[in-house]
Amino acid sequence: MAAPFEKYLEPLAIEGERDIVSARERVRDAARGLGFSAVELTLLATAVSEIARNIIEYAGHGTISLRLSDSGRNPGIEVVAEDRGPGIENIELALQDGYSTRRSLGMGLPGARRLVDEFQIESTVGKGTRVILRKWKTSTKAA
Amino acid sequence: MEVPILKQGEYLIASVQVALSDQDLLALQQRLSALTGTQEVRGVVIDVTVLDVLDSYAVRILRMISEVLALRGARTIIAGIQPEVALAMVRLGLGLEGVETALDLEDAMEKIARRGKSRSPEGRSTWPPLSRNT
Ligand SMILES: Nc1ncnc2c1ncn2[C@@H]1O[C@H](COP(=O)(O)OP(=O)(O)OP(=O)(O)O)[C@@H](O)[C@H]1O
Ligand SMILES: [Mg+2]
Repeated sequence: MAAPFEKYLEPLAIEGERDIVSARERVRDAARGLGFSAVELTLLATAVSEIARNIIEYAGHGTISLRLSDSGRNPGIEVVAEDRGPGIENIELALQDGYSTRRSLGMGLPGARRLVDEFQIESTVGKGTRVILRKWKTSTKAA
Repeated sequence: MEVPILKQGEYLIASVQVALSDQDLLALQQRLSALTGTQEVRGVVIDVTVLDVLDSYAVRILRMISEVLALRGARTIIAGIQPEVALAMVRLGLGLEGVETALDLEDAMEKIARRGKSRSPEGRSTWPPLSRNT
């Protein structure tokens, strides 16, 4: 059993494209503090970049919160990205490679999912979207 | 933060120094295609050694640079993608198919030098010279 995410960091406001860079730096620093390897840091930062860009692209603004678990044997980090944007009509479609409502590559959500150990998404049309990413220092996912 | 672009012989070398925002990447793309039109430029090398993330947006821009320059007869080499970054790109599902890459800047310069010397008919057919008087 993994330890809970007991340490909550100050949420980061995602309001402009510059904040995408800040978000990936922030998550990188936090995960480095937990002893994550260079590879794991990069996989996580790349996933966060995609999720943060979706906030800017589709909702205009939102927040990214980091929660750390460092009391257990396998430290981990949870990234919660929330917005009050238009929401996603069909989550299943949105998670498919190549699906995009703005004729982009459509790799952001499915790619982010492949980059982390655990991935959750909740979205309500007209209300907003919440994406949760989790990654453990020792990946629980086969490479 | 503007990416410095140096001219070295017939090539432009863009050396990325810090993390780039989407706007920075777009600006780089625009500057490179503008410079390729005004100077005797056979190609560009983009050194991304310092970048710790190449996400879908960055990949899209790098592909676009390469495609736009190719249409103008110029070559694009992306140099210095770090091993972790390469792994993340593969997991993300985004490669740089069709875009020339090099291990680092030195490797890119070697590739250029090698190509520069090849004046064989085959060399020409894969990469026609930009100007008539060469
Ligand atoms: N935060 C969000 N709010 C509303 N819709 C979203 C959000 N995130 C993703 N979506 C929807 O899900 C689709 C798929 O997202 P994904 O990030 O996979 O691809 P994309 O953003 O279209 O393209 P790419 O990320 O490759 O540039 C989007 O086109 C969009 O319709
Ligand atoms: Mg996206």
